[in-house]
Amino acid sequence: MSINHDYVGREYPRTTAYQVSREKIAEFARSIGSQNPACLSYEAARGFGYPDVVAPTTFAVIIAQRAEAQYIEDPQARVDFSRVVHADERFSYSRPIFAGDNLVTVLHVERIVERGGLAMVTTRCDIYAQGSDADEHVVTVRSTLAVRGEES
Amino acid sequence: MSEMPQLAGSVPEFDSLELRAVVAQRTYAVERSTLVRYAGASGDFNPIHWSDHIATNVGLDSVIAHGMHTMGAATSVVEDWVTDQRAILDSQTRFARPIPVPHDGETSVDVTATVGLLDADKRQARIDLTVVNEGNKVLAKAQVLVQLR
Repeated sequence: MSINHDYVGREYPRTTAYQVSREKIAEFARSIGSQNPACLSYEAARGFGYPDVVAPTTFAVIIAQRAEAQYIEDPQARVDFSRVVHADERFSYSRPIFAGDNLVTVLHVERIVERGGLAMVTTRCDIYAQGSDADEHVVTVRSTLAVRGEES
Repeated sequence: MSEMPQLAGSVPEFDSLELRAVVAQRTYAVERSTLVRYAGASGDFNPIHWSDHIATNVGLDSVIAHGMHTMGAATSVVEDWVTDQRAILDSQTRFARPIPVPHDGETSVDVTATVGLLDADKRQARIDLTVVNEGNKVLAKAQVLVQLR
């Protein structure tokens, strides 16, 4: 069964909050070879005027991929993960992610385009920090997966 | 992005930049343990990044690096250059070729960050990343939009 086009335009309910921790930021920063002291040290982060340690740009992929799983792991969506290749990724920030943020995500299936035996599936995750008054937009993550057709 | 973020004094000044100038470079090594660490840190446990058996079953020659590890490592070169994470407005890439990672030893990746476009009104620059492994460009259209002072 090929990919289900009925999902285009679908918006998922807001996820439960992901709480960002200092240790997870430090672990992620080390794993990509970041040399930014403000990702590792609270004192260095305060020196920049941040509320707490700051996450590298691509840290948001952790939160985005959790949200994307709602769609990709839905059998009705018919995304065959064994045939998936990551095609592109984009992060558009309003402000950095800091330790202590409680981040909620709204997932959208933006587009499915089939060409040359490939289905290109683009999702968008709008990620917000929960606030006492209103939620604040932090980053939007766009991701495109290329799914090979069964005969190719 | 409606207003200019407040930036630390260590952020490079817009007027110091020249089009096509190289602003940062880094070479890093990738070995299997790099991918295991990244899998744990990111939560991406796709077995093509740690099992030769599964990687070859899906038609790859060997285990390959996570595309997002490559994007993260390359973007961090720009992050370390601008010093202040508030200066990173946007980062995007296409994944052009995989990085095969040998079972033993390591493979080397060269990252070069170049000024691709300058916007004097906004004091912003597009930094273009060239990321090369074994003579192949592994990322395409790898661009980071930064706010400068």
